[in-house]
Amino acid sequence: MSGRVLVGVKRVIDYAVKIRVKPDKSSVVTDGVKHSMNPFCEIAVEEAVKMKEKKLIKEVVAVSCGPQQAQETIRTALAMGADRGIHVEVTGKDYETLGPLQISKIMAALAKKEEAQLIILGKQAIDDDCNQTGQMTAALLDWPQGTFASEVSLEGDKIKVVREVDGGLETIKINIPAVITADLRLNTPRYATLPNIMKAKKKKIANMKPADLGVDITSRLEVLRVDEPPQRQAGVKVETVEDLVSKLKEAGLV
Amino acid sequence: MANPFRGQVIKLYRTLLYLGRDYPQGSAYFKERLKSAFMKNKDVTDPDKIQKLVARGNSLIEELEAMCFLRKYQVMKKKYSEPKKM
Repeated sequence: MSGRVLVGVKRVIDYAVKIRVKPDKSSVVTDGVKHSMNPFCEIAVEEAVKMKEKKLIKEVVAVSCGPQQAQETIRTALAMGADRGIHVEVTGKDYETLGPLQISKIMAALAKKEEAQLIILGKQAIDDDCNQTGQMTAALLDWPQGTFASEVSLEGDKIKVVREVDGGLETIKINIPAVITADLRLNTPRYATLPNIMKAKKKKIANMKPADLGVDITSRLEVLRVDEPPQRQAGVKVETVEDLVSKLKEAGLV
Repeated sequence: MANPFRGQVIKLYRTLLYLGRDYPQGSAYFKERLKSAFMKNKDVTDPDKIQKLVARGNSLIEELEAMCFLRKYQVMKKKYSEPKKM
């Protein structure tokens, strides 16, 4: 296979930031909060770039959907080795309701337009934890999918994927074109250093809107409320084993 | 400060500053320490000494990358690889 790989990258609130819910409980505070590329997306980019370095594929295209700032995330992917970027512009209310279904419609449309042979996505985003986009994209394109991939190898016109499942590891072989979603152990993403980011400024990022791809991004979901997780209850110390047993009995645990 | 090194040193400072944004103990803390470390050596003129300091700075880049990366994936692993409780 000597084709083109699309990699989806999402701009999310940085993993290290303490999330705060807005007072009106409508959503999470994002203004002035540090954002970065979703860690699973970093792994996806790394896998694509590795394939290109091994000359298994010809071109890596990084795709991101969102407002102007999504371009920063694309630039990071370009700094990691992607060849060019596509920024699908979605702003305001539309961006707030943007979710896996709309993204997968956009990815599917782009895959057809760019004649991609492989789509690599992170398995889930650390902000919504949906774990749906890869699966939906594969379904829309009627392509096979290798999700939760911890190992990917190209074998002729097929791909061997080792998947992390509850019972252990599952090895499958799927046809190309296909959708792969990256799990934590797939690889070790390289750092996008400042010199590489500077060099990446020369690479092109194409701009377009969902309408240009014929995609309807109206959401079928409405977020009713966002709440913080309940405060952790303080533990209780007991003096004797008898106390412990009686407390356990009270709680109905023995 | 010798001219040929000015570019190198500034480049080093900028690269370290950029990496410091992901510093586990806080980027503000890192920036302070970085600035004072560079300021401490601002009057060094011996080319050999400058080379050595720049080399130390470069190896710090690798250390930082490894540290920030390790921290990130430690947190990720904890959040996403816990065995499911039945």
